Amino acid sequence: MDQAPGRYGRLPAAFTAPGSSSFAEFLGVAAPELLPARLTLPTGAGAVEAPHGTTIVAVTHASGVVMAGDRRATMGNIIAQRDIEKVFQADEYSVVGIAGTAGLAVEMVRLFQVELEHYEKMEGHVLSLDGKANRLSAMIRGNLGMAMQGLAVVPLFAGFDPDTGTGRIFSYDVTGGRYEEQSFHAVGSGSVFARGALKKRYRDDVDEPAAVRLAVDALYDAADDDSATGGPDLTRRIWPVVMTATDEGVRRVPDDEVADVVRAVVDDRMTRPGG
Amino acid sequence: MSTPFYVSPEQVMRDKSEYARKGIARGRSVLVLTWADGILFVGENPNGALHKISEIYDRIAFAAVGKYNEFENLRLAGVRYADLRGYQYDRRDVTSRGLANAYAQTLGSIFTESGKPYEVELVVAEVGTTQADDQIYRLTYDGSVAEEHGFVVMGGTAEPIAAHVRERHDPSASLQAALRLGVEALGKGSPDGEERTITPDALEAAVLDRTRPRRAFTRLLDSRLARLLGADGTGSAA
Repeated sequence: MDQAPGRYGRLPAAFTAPGSSSFAEFLGVAAPELLPARLTLPTGAGAVEAPHGTTIVAVTHASGVVMAGDRRATMGNIIAQRDIEKVFQADEYSVVGIAGTAGLAVEMVRLFQVELEHYEKMEGHVLSLDGKANRLSAMIRGNLGMAMQGLAVVPLFAGFDPDTGTGRIFSYDVTGGRYEEQSFHAVGSGSVFARGALKKRYRDDVDEPAAVRLAVDALYDAADDDSATGGPDLTRRIWPVVMTATDEGVRRVPDDEVADVVRAVVDDRMTRPGG
Repeated sequence: MSTPFYVSPEQVMRDKSEYARKGIARGRSVLVLTWADGILFVGENPNGALHKISEIYDRIAFAAVGKYNEFENLRLAGVRYADLRGYQYDRRDVTSRGLANAYAQTLGSIFTESGKPYEVELVVAEVGTTQADDQIYRLTYDGSVAEEHGFVVMGGTAEPIAAHVRERHDPSASLQAALRLGVEALGKGSPDGEERTITPDALEAAVLDRTRPRRAFTRLLDSRLARLLGADGTGSAA
């Protein structure tokens, strides 16, 4: 396709081509170098040291879904950042959390956010929750080459589905495989411990505050046994990022509310360290 | 052997302009006007699915009259342009001025290079943090671009509508007052000079509201339109 600006500097043909409402597809034609998945590593280079994000948990409840993530990024045995944010609002009704290579993952989330809004503006209506989950799947699949070289991105996607009236969770593998999870799920290095904790504590009738508490508890358990997951940082007042998606849209739970939940969790662990 | 006719460039341009102007005047008008907290777009459009007014980016909207397939094509290009810029740089770096320039270049080159000009007229508008920062650009079929202040009327029988708004437009008006003025003015724009009352279901309206957090654009749906226009659903209840 013609990419050079035409005579008189008119917009190139890719801009006016009808058909696709996908921003990633458009980018692939108009400016492929901007696609995070098109990056290529020099061959023969050893493992790349880059910050890694760690544990994300998601819990469904009666009116939607809660997602929470710890704030640590690690590079080998070093803590690369203590206040990284790994849970993002994807659009009005969905959230996405990321584990894996932080730099690539944050860029992928940015692309995903534009992708959803772009579709909405082009088509005049919002993608279905399954449609959004599938778009994310395609983006991860595009990153497979990088994943093979150790730079994997593993997101967790959750949102309120207006069609079913429930909160839903989708997990992914590095090949872009998409799996719908029931009730709760966790990804990242501490996910084994977080999932174990959720399995024992989750009840079908939890409401939103209870789901927030479950998520924070699960992150505590992950941090307890996984050195790459950040525990509650009471001295610096760095709290997990907690977002909820309900029929009223996505809301980030304010820091002072999260702080109260974290303090309650820590207080309980004073008497019962195992929770 | 026949000699090809010589047609002067002036004549070619005149013919193209006339062709485009006729096409634009055939449709219904769209009115863009400022109010205290933003910019209002209102047009007569009985078709609920095919929009003349759309969101481009956080603070930028687009309104058009003329041939649907042509301005729709420009709208898609505008959304792509804005999203690409915002992704490449930052959301704050997407400006209506840049978009208006891209449109001007595109329309200009279509006008001069192709046999048939686009029969469209566009407005690209952006709300700022204060009214002084609001920007409204009007683009015509030949790529001319003009920055407008206060209000713009495009398409259809624009002159009587513009005359009506010019006398009464108040930039500090509420949304309700601006909308009522707009609907009243649109009613003046019939080719036979007769006044009409336009009902909410034949209207398409949207605002860029500077008080909204990120995406300033919202459509005024039928129920809200009817509420703003008064209980009888017409612009007459003042």
